Amino acid sequence: MSELIRVGMADYKVGRAPASIISYGLGSCIGITMYDPVTKVGGLLHIMLPDSTQARSSENAAKFADTGIAAMLKDVLQLGASRPRLVAKIAGGAQMFSFANATDIMRVGERNAEAVKVVLAEHSIRLIAEDTGGNYGRTVQIDLESGIYRIKTINKGEKEI
Amino acid sequence: MSEDILDLSAMQLDALREIGNVGAGNSATALSQIINRKIEMNVPEVAIVPLNEVPDLVGGADAMVAGVFLRVYGKAPGSVLFFLPKDSAFYLVDTLMGREHGSTDNLDFMDESALMEIGNILAGAYLNALAHFTKLTLLPSIPALAIDMAGAILSVVLVQLGQMGDHALVIETEFLSEDDGIRGHFFLVPDPGSLETILSAVGVR
Repeated sequence: MSELIRVGMADYKVGRAPASIISYGLGSCIGITMYDPVTKVGGLLHIMLPDSTQARSSENAAKFADTGIAAMLKDVLQLGASRPRLVAKIAGGAQMFSFANATDIMRVGERNAEAVKVVLAEHSIRLIAEDTGGNYGRTVQIDLESGIYRIKTINKGEKEI
Repeated sequence: MSEDILDLSAMQLDALREIGNVGAGNSATALSQIINRKIEMNVPEVAIVPLNEVPDLVGGADAMVAGVFLRVYGKAPGSVLFFLPKDSAFYLVDTLMGREHGSTDNLDFMDESALMEIGNILAGAYLNALAHFTKLTLLPSIPALAIDMAGAILSVVLVQLGQMGDHALVIETEFLSEDDGIRGHFFLVPDPGSLETILSAVGVR
């Protein structure tokens, strides 16, 4: 069995085939993968918040879309990914509870998804697939052999993007 | 007082534990009366944990749980979460609905509504005791329920804390029914700014 690398909240891991990288139980967080299909090098980043400049504490780069994507990009390139070949897939960004007077923080999933797209575009990384929104949790796993991003849920089945 | 939760003194942590004790004691009594069974609770734990380890407190980020979430408004805002592992949630609704235990394997609308109401009552009892103890006005929002992965449900609270730091302060109590069928976790997670208010209200600075 090939290696399964686990990523916690506000963290990222990079690796190469035949390993897979998994992150469990994403709600409003987003799991962002970057993958080079030729060298089969990639990474999975689990961000919580859209923007490091709006937070008081930013010690941990992987917590935010902007700093997290920059950090993981550096590491996948170092591991041998080619920048023009890199493609991204994203999943998560749910709104777990809906209140009538939903504040900004309740809609953070949506804001996370928007921020991730902007930051990926800034780094000229192509976003080729996404599964975001909804009101349910996701466990996500990228297979670095095939680049397939597998998304498991409790009530909404399983899908591959 | 420093705003960093990592700098809390032993006395301050004790005060927070006592707050958990007062609140959870009232909640346990309420739950016990509703289901007419003895409910035991453990000594509340005041845990200061890295955000990414909070899901481990309820069995891991991908554990399937029923979570009732309420916001706390008033002088010391925060969040309240009541977690039940899936089997406990089924057991509890069977008890509430007068069905034989083990007959539920899927929650319908009525079951979900009942769970939300339980969350509502427990949070109300908890906050009432806490408000009485601290003389602070604390009001629960309407409850919201999700049956999902623990990590996903917790992210609602963690995201908010994540804007301020990398750790969460949670006051956690475990409930256990005498027949072992129900094992629940009750969490009070004060917003970062509320800690000072709560601690000064009980005279610990």
